[in-house]
Amino acid sequence: MRDTPLSNCERDFIRKAITENLRLDGRVPYDYRKIRVTFGIDRGSCQVELGQTRVFAQVSCEVTVPKPTRPSDGILFLNVELSPMACPSFEQGRLSEFGVEMSRLLERCIKESRCLDTESLCIVAGEKVWTIRLDLHALNHDGNLLDCASIAAVSALAHFRRPDVTVAGDEVKIHPLEERDPVPLSVHHMPICVSFAFFDQGKYLLVDPTDKEEKVMDGKMVIGMNKHREICTLQITGEILLLKDQVLRCSNIAVVKVTEITELIHKALEHDRQVRASGGKFGFAESFMPEKLTVNHMETEDVDPGEAQARILQELQESDDTDEEQSHITHYISCFVVVKAPGVGTLGEGGRSTWEVDEETQAELKTEQTATKKSSQQPEGRAETILVDSGDSEEEVTVVMEQIDLEKVGKLASRNGTATLKPGKSSTKAAKKKKKKKKPPVV
Amino acid sequence: MVERVDKVVLPGDILTDLSESEISSKIIIGPGLRQEADEIIVSKPGLLRLKKPNVYWVDCQQKRYVPERGDTVIGVVTAKAGDAFRVDVGGSELATLSYLGFEGATKRNRPDVKVGDIINTKFLVANKDMEPELVCIDSQGRSSGMGVIGRDGGYMFQCSLNLVRKLLSPECVLMKLLGRTMPFELAAGMNGRLWIKARSPKQTIFIANAIYASEYMLNEQIKAMCSKLGNVSIGT
Repeated sequence: MRDTPLSNCERDFIRKAITENLRLDGRVPYDYRKIRVTFGIDRGSCQVELGQTRVFAQVSCEVTVPKPTRPSDGILFLNVELSPMACPSFEQGRLSEFGVEMSRLLERCIKESRCLDTESLCIVAGEKVWTIRLDLHALNHDGNLLDCASIAAVSALAHFRRPDVTVAGDEVKIHPLEERDPVPLSVHHMPICVSFAFFDQGKYLLVDPTDKEEKVMDGKMVIGMNKHREICTLQITGEILLLKDQVLRCSNIAVVKVTEITELIHKALEHDRQVRASGGKFGFAESFMPEKLTVNHMETEDVDPGEAQARILQELQESDDTDEEQSHITHYISCFVVVKAPGVGTLGEGGRSTWEVDEETQAELKTEQTATKKSSQQPEGRAETILVDSGDSEEEVTVVMEQIDLEKVGKLASRNGTATLKPGKSSTKAAKKKKKKKKPPVV
Repeated sequence: MVERVDKVVLPGDILTDLSESEISSKIIIGPGLRQEADEIIVSKPGLLRLKKPNVYWVDCQQKRYVPERGDTVIGVVTAKAGDAFRVDVGGSELATLSYLGFEGATKRNRPDVKVGDIINTKFLVANKDMEPELVCIDSQGRSSGMGVIGRDGGYMFQCSLNLVRKLLSPECVLMKLLGRTMPFELAAGMNGRLWIKARSPKQTIFIANAIYASEYMLNEQIKAMCSKLGNVSIGT
C-alpha cells in the first residue's frame, strides 16, 4: 500500500521552520524525543519507544553446528521485520530497499563491531555452538526507526540469559532454568546508532528526525558509536556534500547522545534487575502507563430504588413506631448515586469507610435538609436510613446510605430547639458510604 | 434502545425496541449502525447517540477515514491523469477530481493545480463500490471556499477524526478562544486533516500543538489552557 504523500505545503513549512530553528514537536535541533526502554517477563524481550516510534526486540538461542571457517565461534543472527502495522508502505514478508538498508546497517553496527563475544558461545569446538537470534519488529514508524531498533537490539542482548552448559568428556548437558541460573551473554560494549538529517545542503542539521522530517531531508548521516567514543559504523546517504567540520560536529554530538542513551539503558536494566530480585511485578503489563482514555465520561444517574426502598420504609415505620411519638412521620429525600462503569469502583467490604466526602455534596445535603425542614415543619432528630439497590449495575451490592450526618442533625436539632438526638441508635444503623466524585477524563 | 443512548455499545450488539420513542415507525441510522434483515446491528465500538426524535449513530474513536457523500475534506494532489486529478484523501482509494470541477473552468481554461497541492474539496460520489469523486464547486457553480489552498504558506497536519468533529461542533469553545489569543486561518477536513496559517511558523506550531492537546479536554479545561496560552503568547 502506498504511503500518505507529503504535500508541497508541508514540505515548505518544515523547511521554513527549520531555518528558524523550530521543529514541529517543539524540540530544539539537537534533541532526542523521549526514549522509554521496557523489558518483558521473558529474558531478552525488550520494547523501545522513541516518541511515537516503537520497536520490539526478542533474543532467543539454540545449539547448532558452527560455520566451518570459524569452528570455535558462536553465531549471532539478526533479523529485521517491517510489517505493514508499523507503516502502510511496508510490505509483509519482503524487505523493501529501506528494510535491507536498515538491517545491513544494524548488522554492521552490532555484528561487525563484535560487541557480543562470540567465542564464549562455543560449547564444543567444531561441533556445537550457541546461535543467538535477534529478531527486531517495528511496531510503529514515526521516523528514525534505525536508532530505535539499535537501542532495542543492544538492550535485548544485555537483558538476555542463555541456559548454562556443562561439558564432561563427550557429554554435553544443557541445564534447564530450574536447575541452574541462566548466564548472561558477554556484551563488550553497546554500539548505538545516532541519525542526523541534513537540510539545505548540509546547512541545517537535526538529530532524531521524525517521519515528516525524514521525507523532507536532503541527506542523512548515521553514526554507530559506543560510549568509549569508538565509531562502529558511519554512513552518509542522500544528495549532499558535507564539509569536514560538519562530520566532526556530528560525531561530537553523537558522543553526548550515545553516553546519555547508554546510561538510560543501564538504568532500565538495573531497575528490571532490582524488581526481579525483590520479587515485584515486572514485564510489559507493569510498565505500561495507562495514559489512554479508557472510560467515557458518564453523566450522573438517578437510581430508582423502587420496591426495595418501599420495603425498607415499611420496616422502618414498624421498628420506629415504638420508639418515639413523632417518628411515624417518615419522609425521605431522593438520593443520588453516581454509578461508575462496572469494576471501576468497589465498595468497602466491612470496616470503616474510606470514601471521601467532598464538601460540595455535603453542602448540598445541608441545604436540602434545611429546605425540607422548612416545608415539613416537623422536627426530627432521627437519622434516616435508606437502602438503595444498585439498580442496573452488574455488581450485586447493596448500598446503605445515611442521609443525615450525625453532627449535622445535632446542629439542626439545636437550631430548631425541639428535637432530641439518639446517636446510639442511628450510628449502629449505617455507615456513611459515598462514592468519590468522578474525575473528568484526563489526557 | 432509549436506555442505551449515551452508553457504550460494541460491534455485534443487536439493538431492539427501536420504535419506543418514535412518533412515526421510521428511524434513521447513521455511522456505526447497520441493518441486517429486521435487526439493527452495531458495527463500531463507541457511544450510542440519539438526535431526537429518531436519528441514531455511534460516536467512536477513529483515525481511518471512510469517504462519505457531501463531506468536506482536504486532499493532496498526487497525479494528473488525463482530464482529472488523482487526489489522496486518506481513504482506501485515491479520489478523482475533474478539471471541470473548479470555478470558472472550461475545456480551454484549465485550473492551475500542481502535483503536491492541497485542495479543500467536497465529495460528489462516495460509495463502497465506486471510485470516489470530488468537486470544488457547489450547485450554483461557485467555489464557496473550496479549491487550492496553502499556496502562500500554512501547515497541514493529520489528527483523529473525532478531533475534527469536536472542533467543528458548536459546543466546542476552542476555536473562539484560540482566535482571541492570536489570529489564524484554519481549514478543517472531515478526513482528519487540518490546515492552519498564522502570522509566523512559530505561531502556527503553537496553534497546532494547542489543537492536538485539546483532543481529550473538556470545555473548562480548554478555557484554562487558552487563558494560559494567552499569557505565554503575550510574552513572546
